[in-house]
Amino acid sequence: MTAALAGIFLCQLIGEFVCRLFALPLPGPVVGMGLLFAYLLARGGQGDKAVPKPLGAVSDQLLGHLSLLFVPATVGMVRYFDVLSQYAVLLSVTLLVSTALTMAATALTFRLLKKKP
Amino acid sequence: MIDTLLAHEADAWVYLASTPLLWLTLTLVAYVIADRISVACGRHPAVNLVAIAAAQIIVLLQLTGTSYETYFAGAQFIHFLLGPATVALAIPLYRHWEQVRAAALPILVSLTVGALTAIFSAAFLARAMGGSNLLVASLAPKSVTSPIAMSLSEHLGGAPFLTTCLVIITGVIGALILSPLMRLLRIRDSAAIGMAAGVASHGIGTARAFHIDSVAGAFGGIGMGLNGAFTSLILPLLRPFIGL
Repeated sequence: MTAALAGIFLCQLIGEFVCRLFALPLPGPVVGMGLLFAYLLARGGQGDKAVPKPLGAVSDQLLGHLSLLFVPATVGMVRYFDVLSQYAVLLSVTLLVSTALTMAATALTFRLLKKKP
Repeated sequence: MIDTLLAHEADAWVYLASTPLLWLTLTLVAYVIADRISVACGRHPAVNLVAIAAAQIIVLLQLTGTSYETYFAGAQFIHFLLGPATVALAIPLYRHWEQVRAAALPILVSLTVGALTAIFSAAFLARAMGGSNLLVASLAPKSVTSPIAMSLSEHLGGAPFLTTCLVIITGVIGALILSPLMRLLRIRDSAAIGMAAGVASHGIGTARAFHIDSVAGAFGGIGMGLNGAFTSLILPLLRPFIGL
């Protein structure tokens, strides 16, 4: 469990460091995800296809409550209520319509191409 | 006797107001309450965990006159875990790797279509409603995860703090409309649903996708990660096309 947590933190740490070193336009954790994935692939190549149990458990815990982790940033919107309410109509229409269009376009394209490989 | 009790009581309140433990605990409690409500409603998409938990905290902050800085001193420990959770997305991705590899073409094409739709529809709608350059620049990267969106917004001449808010609202909208919209379009494939959630509404949409099933969650993580990378490369090149 501790080793799994250390491994995840280490991937993030290397990710953050690499992003700064090469001035990559990506967040460190996204690079960290790539590193952990590459590790799992390399390890799987040696026979054991399953994710190590403790690593799986830590990941399930973190991702099972992913919503919780967004609460502090969401509360942070209180500081900008005046700006947001000033443009309330423009912003809400734009965000609602654009998000719906994006979801529909992504899912429909995905389905179209998956049916006809 | 009463004097010492009162003195202790004052001490106790000073302690509560100054320790990060207070708002850390209250954030967890608010989330547990939101989670209970969500479970009681059969995980109905309209019952959004992030929005309900945050609303409780916002009311408490207003009632007690507590600043966001004080709140964040406690809540930062939860916020911090967003990084490790992003790294942990590698695990569902690996577990469903066969399925992901088999869907490489639909993933890459739907990513491109989705990312461009997100940027152009937001910019076009905001312009059509008379939005300024600042608003258009702040809205254009709204579908990607907030650290990327903030730096893109700054690069385009937007307001990064405003973009953070817009990214979060986009996430909550995405989580709310995901299931009803997919039902409307008659899309039942978890992979397609997850991909749509991740591309359109990043981590908050992906959190909702994990409530559908682990395949949707895995594809949400892919959609979110790839859209972050793709948008950060393409959006600076699209500047002239969105009038910035």
